[in-house]
Amino acid sequence: MEITSIEPLLAVLVSLICAFLVVLSRKRRDIRESWTILASVVQFLIIVSMVPTVLEGDTISFEVISILPGIPLKFRVDAFGLFFGVLASFLWILTSIYSIGYIRSLQEHSQTRYFASFAVSLSSTIGIAFSANLITLFIFYEMLTFSVYPLVIHKETLRARRAGVKYLVYILSGGVVLLLAIILAYSLAGTLDFSDRGFLALEQAPKEMLQILFVLFVVGFGVKSAIMPFHSWLPTAMVAPTPVSALLHAVAVVKAGIFGIVRVIYFVFGLDLMSELGLGTPLAYFVSFTIIVASMFALTQDNLKMRLAYSTISQLSYIILGAALLTPSGLLGGVLHIAHHAFMKITLFFCAGAIYVVTHKEKVSEMNGIGKEMPLTMAAFSICAIGLIGIPPVAGFLSKWYLSLGSMEADKVFFVFVLLLSSLLNAAYFLPIIFNAFFKEPYGLGGRREAPSFILIPLIITAIVSIILCIAPEEFNPFFQMAELIWNSVV
Amino acid sequence: MIQHSPVLVVIIPLVTAFLIPLMGLLRKKYCIYLSVLSMLSIFVIAASIVTSLVSSGTIHYYLGGWEPPWGIEYVIDPLSSFMVILITFISLIIVVYSRRSVEKELPNNEVAFYTLFMLLITGLLGIVVTGDLFNLYVFLEIASLTAYALIAVGEKRDALVASFNYLIIGTIAACFILLGIGFLYMVTGSLNMADVSTRLPEAYGQYPKVVLAALAFFVVGLSIKVALFPLHLWLPNAYTHAPSTVSALLAALMTKVGAYVMIRIIFTVFGFSFITQITDIAPLMDILSIVGALAIIVGAVFAISQTDIKRMLAYSSVSQIGYIVLGIGLSNPIGLTGGILHILHHAFMKGCLFLAVGAIIYRTGIRDIFDFQGIGRKMPYTMLAFSIAALSMVGIPPLCGFFSKWFLVLGAIESKSWKVFFSLVILSSSLLNAGYFFRILERTWFGESPYSQRDEAPISMLLPTLTLAAGCILLGVLIFVSHPFIVSIVDTLF
Repeated sequence: MEITSIEPLLAVLVSLICAFLVVLSRKRRDIRESWTILASVVQFLIIVSMVPTVLEGDTISFEVISILPGIPLKFRVDAFGLFFGVLASFLWILTSIYSIGYIRSLQEHSQTRYFASFAVSLSSTIGIAFSANLITLFIFYEMLTFSVYPLVIHKETLRARRAGVKYLVYILSGGVVLLLAIILAYSLAGTLDFSDRGFLALEQAPKEMLQILFVLFVVGFGVKSAIMPFHSWLPTAMVAPTPVSALLHAVAVVKAGIFGIVRVIYFVFGLDLMSELGLGTPLAYFVSFTIIVASMFALTQDNLKMRLAYSTISQLSYIILGAALLTPSGLLGGVLHIAHHAFMKITLFFCAGAIYVVTHKEKVSEMNGIGKEMPLTMAAFSICAIGLIGIPPVAGFLSKWYLSLGSMEADKVFFVFVLLLSSLLNAAYFLPIIFNAFFKEPYGLGGRREAPSFILIPLIITAIVSIILCIAPEEFNPFFQMAELIWNSVV
Repeated sequence: MIQHSPVLVVIIPLVTAFLIPLMGLLRKKYCIYLSVLSMLSIFVIAASIVTSLVSSGTIHYYLGGWEPPWGIEYVIDPLSSFMVILITFISLIIVVYSRRSVEKELPNNEVAFYTLFMLLITGLLGIVVTGDLFNLYVFLEIASLTAYALIAVGEKRDALVASFNYLIIGTIAACFILLGIGFLYMVTGSLNMADVSTRLPEAYGQYPKVVLAALAFFVVGLSIKVALFPLHLWLPNAYTHAPSTVSALLAALMTKVGAYVMIRIIFTVFGFSFITQITDIAPLMDILSIVGALAIIVGAVFAISQTDIKRMLAYSSVSQIGYIVLGIGLSNPIGLTGGILHILHHAFMKGCLFLAVGAIIYRTGIRDIFDFQGIGRKMPYTMLAFSIAALSMVGIPPLCGFFSKWFLVLGAIESKSWKVFFSLVILSSSLLNAGYFFRILERTWFGESPYSQRDEAPISMLLPTLTLAAGCILLGVLIFVSHPFIVSIVDTLF
C-alpha cells in the first residue's frame, strides 16, 4: 500500500534549512553548531518514525511537483531507501558531534562553510535515498557532488585544490554518463519511476541496447561507487578533513553510488530482466577484480587514511557483488554490508582522526605503541578492523556470511574464494596496525592521552553498534528486517 | 489599442529613439529614464500580446490596412510572441543595469548610446513580429547597423577594429539574405512569408535551382548572423571589446534573434515538409546538425583556452549557439523543443554572466580570469549570480540549462538515426563547460583573498544581475510552466 505523507520531504528539508541557519548564525559558533546537532536529531527522528510503516510492507510517497509530463519530482520511501536513510541520518548525528570536536581541536578555518556544506550533503543523501524515480535521484546526486566539493578542498592548499579538480573531473564525467543512461531509459520506457519489478522490459528494445544501457548505468554510478578503474578520485579526496572522509567518503557519497547501482539492478531492470539479459554474473566478476586489487593496493599504503580509502574501495564492491548475484542471501548480505561497512569504516576513520588530533600522526609506520597512549581509541579501531576482516562477533562477519551463502545459492563458488582471499588481504593490512599499536614500544614518552570526549564518544558508539549489529537477534535489528524486506518486494 | 499592439512594440522604441536626442538637449540624465519607461511599456504590451494570443490564437496585423500579400503584415504566432516577451524582458533588465555602467564606460555619450540602444531594440522586435520577408531584412539591417555602432563606442581602439570586422562580415551576411529574399521574390512574386510558403512548391517545380540557391543564401547568411562555427570569427572580438551592456545585449538577444530567423525561414517559409523533400539534394538538416555539433565542441575548447573573461564568454556563446542549431538540425519536435528552450535559457544565463562580469569590471577593472582570486569576498552577490548562471551552463539540475540539454539529448536519441551520436557531443560538452567555468568558480570562492572589505556593485547593477540568476533557477524549477508553451510553439512549426 502506498501512503501519502510529507515526511520524506521534511526529512530532506530539515538539513537544507539547517544549512541556511548555519550560515545565518556564522558569528556565534555555539549556536551554529547547535543547529547542526538539532537538525541531525530531528532528521533522524523523522526518518525513524517511518520505520514501522515501512516494516509493515507499505511505502510512503510524496509528489512535490511534476517537472515534465510523466516525470515528477517525487519521493517514495521503501525498505531499501529507508535503510539507507536511517543509516545516513544516524551517522550524521555522530559525525556532527565528532566534527565539532575535530574542527575545534584543530582550529580549522571556514568552519561555517564546512558545517553548511555538510548539511547540504546530508540533504542530498537523504534525497537520493528517498527518490521515487531516476530524475529525482539524479538531481540530488548532482547536488551531492557539488555540496561535497567545498569539503574536499577545505584545506585550500595546492594539493587540496588539485584533489578538488580530480574529484570534479571524475564525478562529473560519471554524472554525464549517468544522465545519458537516464535519458536513454526514458526514451525506451517512457517513465523513470522505480518499480519493484523494474520498469524496463524486453519488448522495449533489442537485447544489446538494454545491455549497453546497463553498462552505462554501472559506469555512471560506478564512479561514485569507486569501482576500479574509476576509483582514483577517492584516495585523492582523502585530503579532506577526517570527518568528511568518515561520513562522506565512507558512507554518504560512495554509498549513494552503490545505492544507485542496486536501485538500477532491482528497480530499473528488475530481477527477471537481469537474468534474461545475463548481466548479473559479468558484473559480479567485474567487481571481484576491484575487491582483490584494491585490497592489494591497501597493503602498500603507509598513510592510514589512504589505507582505509583503498579498503573502502574494496569493501564497496562487496555490496555490488552481493546485489549482482541476484539471490536472496546475496542481496541480503550486500545490503547489510552497506550498514555494516558504514559503521565499521566510520569508526576506523574516526580513530584515524582522533590519532591525528592528539598526535598529528598520519602514517601507519609512526603509530607503534599508540594503543598504550590511546587504548580506547585503538580498542574501537581493533574491533572494527577485525569486523572488516570478517571475524565474529563483529558485523562484518554477518555480511560476509550472507555474501558467501549468496554465492553458493547462485552456484558460483568462485566468489566464495574471492571473499576468502579478500579477507586474508584485509587481515594482512589491518592486523599489523593493531599489532604495532599494542605490542610495540611507543617512540615518545607514551602515557595515556585520549582525544577529547566529543571525538571519543562517537567512535565508541559506532564500535559498539558494529558489535550489536552482529549479535542482536533479528527481531531487534531494524536494519536486518528492512534488508530482508527488499528481497520480498522485488520477487 | 490592444489590436494595434503588434505594431506598437516596434513603434514605441522607434519613437523613443528619436525622442532621446531631444531629451538629451534638455538634460542628459533623463535619457535613461525615458528608455526605461519605454522598455517597461513595451514589456507590458508584450505581456498583453501573449495573453491575447493564448486566448484567441495567432494575431495578424495589416500595416496601414493594406491586405497581404500587397501590404506588410505583422504576424504574431506563438514563436513570435515568445521572442517578443523574451526580448522585451531581457532588454528591460539590461537597460536598468546600463545606467551606472554607461556613465562610467561612455561618459558624455549617453544620448548617442541610448538612441542606438533603442534603435537596436526596434530592430530586434521588428524582426520577430513581421510576417514580411523584405520588412524582416530592413529590421535586420537596423539591428545590425546599430550593433556595429554600439560595438565601436567601446573604450579601447580595438573596439573599432572589432566593429569594422563585424561590419564587413555582417554586410556580406546581409547581402546573402537579401539575395535569398530576391530569389524567392523572383520565383514566387511575393514577399509575404505565408504567401511565399504556399507558392513555393509550385515555384520549386518550375525553378528548382533558384529555390535551392535562395535557401543556401539564407542559411549561409543567417549562419554568419548567429555566428555559427566556422563563420563565428566576428563574434569574439566584438563581444570582448564592446561596452559591458552591449556585450550582454548582443550575447543574450542578437544571436538569438538570428536563430529565430533561421527557424522562421526553415520552418515557416520553406516548411519542414519541403526541407525533408529536398533532403536528397540538399541535406540541410544534416549539415546544420553536424556544424552545430562542431560548434559546440570547438567553441568550448576555445573557451577553455581563453584568459580574458569576456572573450571566454564569447567563445562559450559560439558553443551555445551550436546547441540551438543542433536542436534545429535534429529535425524532430523534441530536438527543436530543446533548441527553442535553449534560446530562452541561454538568453538568461549568458545575459546574467555578462552582467556579472560587467559589474566586476565596473568595480575592479579586472578581466583576466587569474585575477579573479578571492573576488567572492569582495562581491559575493555578484559572484553568486555568476556562479548560478555558470552552474546552469554546465547543466546542473534543477537549473534551467539542464533542461535544454535534457531535450536536446532526448531529441538526439529519439531521432533513431546516426544523429544519436550527438547525445554524446552534448553531454561531453557539459564537461568542457564545467572545465572553463570551474577555473573561475574555484578561484572566486576558495583560497586566499586579497580583498578584506566587501565592495558590492551598485544596486542598479546588482539587482538586474540577480534577477537573471533567479530566472535561471526559476526557469529550471518551473520548467513545467514553460515546457507546454514551447511545445505549442513547436507544434505550429512541424
